[in-house]
Amino acid sequence: MAKIELKNISKKFKDDIVIQDLNLTIKDGSFTVLVGPSGCGKSTTLRMVAGLEKQSGGEIWIDDKCVNDTPPGLRDVAMVFQNYALYPTMTVRGNIEFGLKNRGVARTEREKLVKDISEIVGLTPHLDKKPQNLSGGQRQRVALARAMVKKPKVFILDEPLSNLDAKLRNQMRTELIQLHKRLGTTFVYVTHDQVEAMSMGDEIVVMNKGVIQQADSPMKLYHDPANLFTAEFIGTPAMNMINMRDVQGLDIQTAASIGSVGFRPEQGLINANSDIEGYAIEGEILTRESLGAEHIYQIQSRTGVFFVKTFLTPLETADRVKVTVPYGQLYYFGLNGERLRGIETSTKRLVAAGGV
Amino acid sequence: MKAIDRTIGGSPIGAAAEDKWTSIRSKKMILRKALRAALRALNLAGLLALVLIFAMPFVWMISTSLKTLPETMIFPPEWIPKSPVWQNYADAWNTGPFLRYFVNSVVIAVGILILQMLTIIPASYAFARYKFKGSNFLFGIVMVTLMIPAQLIFLPVYLELSAFKLLNTHLGLILPFASSAFGIFLLRQAFMQISDELLEAARLDQAAEWKIIIKIMVPMVKPVLVTFALFSFIAHWNDYFWPLVMTTNETARTLPLGIAKIREVEGVATWNILMAGNLILVAPILVVFFLSQRQIIKAFVYNGVK
Repeated sequence: MAKIELKNISKKFKDDIVIQDLNLTIKDGSFTVLVGPSGCGKSTTLRMVAGLEKQSGGEIWIDDKCVNDTPPGLRDVAMVFQNYALYPTMTVRGNIEFGLKNRGVARTEREKLVKDISEIVGLTPHLDKKPQNLSGGQRQRVALARAMVKKPKVFILDEPLSNLDAKLRNQMRTELIQLHKRLGTTFVYVTHDQVEAMSMGDEIVVMNKGVIQQADSPMKLYHDPANLFTAEFIGTPAMNMINMRDVQGLDIQTAASIGSVGFRPEQGLINANSDIEGYAIEGEILTRESLGAEHIYQIQSRTGVFFVKTFLTPLETADRVKVTVPYGQLYYFGLNGERLRGIETSTKRLVAAGGV
Repeated sequence: MKAIDRTIGGSPIGAAAEDKWTSIRSKKMILRKALRAALRALNLAGLLALVLIFAMPFVWMISTSLKTLPETMIFPPEWIPKSPVWQNYADAWNTGPFLRYFVNSVVIAVGILILQMLTIIPASYAFARYKFKGSNFLFGIVMVTLMIPAQLIFLPVYLELSAFKLLNTHLGLILPFASSAFGIFLLRQAFMQISDELLEAARLDQAAEWKIIIKIMVPMVKPVLVTFALFSFIAHWNDYFWPLVMTTNETARTLPLGIAKIREVEGVATWNILMAGNLILVAPILVVFFLSQRQIIKAFVYNGVK
């Protein structure tokens, strides 16, 4: 188990600055997910922690040791790669025990460890097969076993599920969560898939263009995004954004200049009771996606296209609908995308509107 | 589909229609089967022709090696000699110190192979995997040596070997081929195809660099390595020019020289004995080839785990 600290980390590829002044603490025993669009520097960050990439500046601490000059093999870090990176000429057993052999673990102990691990991940019948003869899921397990058998302080997983089909991915997702609970080791996980991040991580770090946008628990991230990027990145469908210029009928009491107003698709109420106070938008339903328990509507309004999600309600058949978003569910963002908090909103009174 | 169209447009109804149906269908099937058989036969004939073209010299060599000298001159040639003369092999073997030639050939070809493995694996790995100053330039130099024919450098090499007193020694015939530009090139390409992640995984597994090379990289390029080894072995086993130039007596001479000498005996071309000698020469190569056939085919197919 270990805490990881990144202090003022920067990374340049030639003249290209990928990461600048990054500070991050990954808690001991946490399942931390780095998430962001491709090219945001999340994999680079991960590789620097593993020691596969040398940072251009700053310090990396694992536990209470600065590992800047420690080679990857001695950092007590194990990694699972996206394409598994299994040694194709070795058997499953050979793959799993290669790291142990290099550490000089005695033969009898090696055999015991391999046996235990292969039981955990269900590989016992395949130990003498070559990776080529395994399915994608089995290869994934070999990669996991190879990492686990070394009993590392830190597990690093670089998009390990992206090569699996949807069903297997879901299965491995739960297995990984269970594995994390069982081992109690620090997991650092990289993905570009926000659903994966939300479902697995107990700590999520949202990155964009080499800058950490927000590091928080999944719920906090979802309900209290720190900025426009996080708000739009987390959640399917994404948070609806309305440009402030297009907003009508909102009485906003603030001195700050608002760039846009947003709301989560599930907070929009279709044809709600008139006693619900909120921001109302009228629009025409373009598409209806029915997933059984939930429906997703794409609605064209005066201010653009937005999404509404409903649960356990009958499918809306009307073409034109009125969507009401309670005031408390509106999010405000500044001109530079920063979140504005504590803004009071109410309906513009018709009297007041007329009076001005 | 066509059959259906025809029945829809046609007049027969009921059982009659059904008969027509099946007859049309079976006729078509027979036709198709015949066509397929014909194509297969054609394919077979083509392959056989190819086999004949490639096997003919060998067959002739074997057949000639079992004939008497007058029999070799008969026209049209007799493919299977009436009474095979196995004595030809013994005669060929006894025209010179063939045991010595044979041992020399083995020592030199194997010696070259071992030295080449020791040099080209680290060199090609370095060129493929490390970035260092001047690596492109150095690789360029290696490539340039591919273009220099042996005839151009044999004189300086001869003088050099003689200065080191290496003429007429095994070492003198091995050392000039201790490395191979072709091998470095071939192996470098193979090493470059291996994904970086594999190396990174090995580094995280605390593997030392030499261990990564021996345990992971070399096994992955094994087919290429085997192919190169075979090329190199055949080239040096059959080499005539270099041993001819670098030897002045029998101590280090190799089989090809010995066989060439058969022709000089008595001023008459004794084809039967010459062919027996040739067979002695190519037999080891054939054995090696049969043993490594599978690997050679593999070398040309991408090898890796997706």
